[in-house]
Amino acid sequence: MTELTIVQAINRGLADAMRADPDVLVLGEDVGVNGGVFRATEGLFKEFGGDRVIDTPLSETGIVGAAIGMALYGLKPVAEIQFLDFIYPAFDQIVSELAKFRYRSGGQYPCHVVIRSPYGGGIKGGLYHSQSSEAYFAHTAGLKVVIPSTPADAKGLLATAIADPDPVLFLEPKRIYRAVSGEVPDGDQRVPFGEARIAREGADLTIFAYGAMIPPSVQAAETLAASGTNAEVVDLRTLVPLDEKAVLASVEKTGRAVIVHEAPRFCGFGAELAAILAEKAFFSLKAPIQRVTGYDTPFPYALENAYLPNAERIVHAAKAVVAAG
Amino acid sequence: MTDGADVVPLEYAPDDLVALLGPDWSTTLTNAFRWMTLARVLDGRMLALQRQGRIGFYGPATGQEAVSVGAALSVGPTDWVFPGLREQLVALARGHSLTTYLHHLFADDLDPARGRQMPCHPSAREVRYVSMSSVIGTQITQAVGLAYGLKVRHDPSVALAFFGDGATSANDFHAGANLAAVWQAPVVLCCTNNQWAISVPVDRQTASATLAGKSVAYGLPGERVDGTDVVAVTSRMRAAVARARAGEGPTLLEFVVFRMTPHSSSDDPTRYQAPDFLQRARQRDPYLRLELLLRRLDLADDAKLAAWREESDVAVRAAIEVAEHTPPPSPDSLETDVFAPSGGPAPS
Repeated sequence: MTELTIVQAINRGLADAMRADPDVLVLGEDVGVNGGVFRATEGLFKEFGGDRVIDTPLSETGIVGAAIGMALYGLKPVAEIQFLDFIYPAFDQIVSELAKFRYRSGGQYPCHVVIRSPYGGGIKGGLYHSQSSEAYFAHTAGLKVVIPSTPADAKGLLATAIADPDPVLFLEPKRIYRAVSGEVPDGDQRVPFGEARIAREGADLTIFAYGAMIPPSVQAAETLAASGTNAEVVDLRTLVPLDEKAVLASVEKTGRAVIVHEAPRFCGFGAELAAILAEKAFFSLKAPIQRVTGYDTPFPYALENAYLPNAERIVHAAKAVVAAG
Repeated sequence: MTDGADVVPLEYAPDDLVALLGPDWSTTLTNAFRWMTLARVLDGRMLALQRQGRIGFYGPATGQEAVSVGAALSVGPTDWVFPGLREQLVALARGHSLTTYLHHLFADDLDPARGRQMPCHPSAREVRYVSMSSVIGTQITQAVGLAYGLKVRHDPSVALAFFGDGATSANDFHAGANLAAVWQAPVVLCCTNNQWAISVPVDRQTASATLAGKSVAYGLPGERVDGTDVVAVTSRMRAAVARARAGEGPTLLEFVVFRMTPHSSSDDPTRYQAPDFLQRARQRDPYLRLELLLRRLDLADDAKLAAWREESDVAVRAAIEVAEHTPPPSPDSLETDVFAPSGGPAPS
């Protein structure tokens, strides 16, 4: 075991994958000599050289389009989109091409591509360095969407993503890149997709969250415990594939659900979770579901702390759910 | 067989052809003509079948066959092709089965892609013909990425990316041409300028004098080629492929052709195209130009032309017969191939 931050764990994960498999390569803006603007690719250029750690021109559609071509050839590219806010020029390549190649070719042309991208608010990044747009991608059949919240999961899920024969969007909670550190198993320890993590056990209420919303959710659960409410925190880890079994099992146990994400509420991933609970766990629910989310606005710079869910808002929602039944 | 009176002839003498196509020039040209015959027969039959409601859609390549066949005759079996809408002849001339292609056109259960795409969007892995998308230009950056892989693996293969004049306005043309040159990737960017993006003429698409001229800004060689002259297409394509294979980097080739049919079975060009366009197009019909050349060089006569026509008619009729009697894809195939079979839990 080694104590690492999330960004260090990602860096180790990339280096391990590149050492183990010569087909793995990294491409993106500033990922080479500079080691990435968040230093996630630090040291890779020196160890693996410019053919495998590629500083690309400033073109997201070029990065993803080229990554698709590399994968069609048999390589395993890990593309970095510097901020998730900048992924939209590549949206066409991701949604129209990457996600559909296997299906539209009857399996002749799978795309072994990982796209890594830091996402989310809390770093004073304003409109264009803060968005949490996972729902667009989770809505697209053919893409897997992964969001770790701990260093161990970051490394273990990244290893699984790089080994996966299908496209994976790997979203990194940049707000806690360095704020969260923890023990990370050494060696090739993979965390499987589709298995949620119980971040905290509880019997009275389930808080569903992922990525950077896990720390405030756990903090809220601690606060609730002081007033006698025992909250369970479920870290979804992978939105696609979703661990529906774990989601339903937790609510069957607790009877109450609060869903937390920093993305806007309307058509956010929480809407899908709430629909699943309404369809499949309705008779276990003792009270209406509550969502604690960002607002249905663009992401604000000066008011980001008002925009982002925090422990206080989660506690408030949880108390309302408990009071309702 | 044809009235070639107005057709602009190809003026090559045998010595020119040796220089441009090599000592096997007569076989090359004869093969090219036979493949073009197949394409022409296919276009005629398939447009008719579409009108009869027997297939759902068709995108003919009439007028553009010299580009496809010239490309197919310029690459080897390990090279890769990223097609646009009208390059199916490249796959067929590289060995993709006509019957399999017909299964695709009928979107039946033996279509390798299980009928998931509209007709004329085949996928033919066995001849390294990449699954085609309807989205304009996205294949260009993909071809460059694949070519990057060839380069770093010291693989002597090359990639061809096909796209139309309209695609030169799309994001991925810019991104792809730029990346190709920065990476010196072994790729040939093949722009088939048929002068129309559905209803929009090329002079409304760009203010550039030529599309090949765009190469200057990207720092790669560009060349404008008469795409109705199969000799010119083949010799220039071979030169660009040889450059890429030798590690000398990418080339942009603009093949000027005439779209001699509607954009697709869903289009009516009388709404936007002046009648003289088709008159001019017929003078540069690549098929008739090659036919006249073959006749002049005594490589073809009426009997041979009729026999080649018959061989294509028979092949197309037989393939239609097989495909039309193949059942549609099984409903079970709806949810397969979204992910690899072991790729996580099935949707509930």
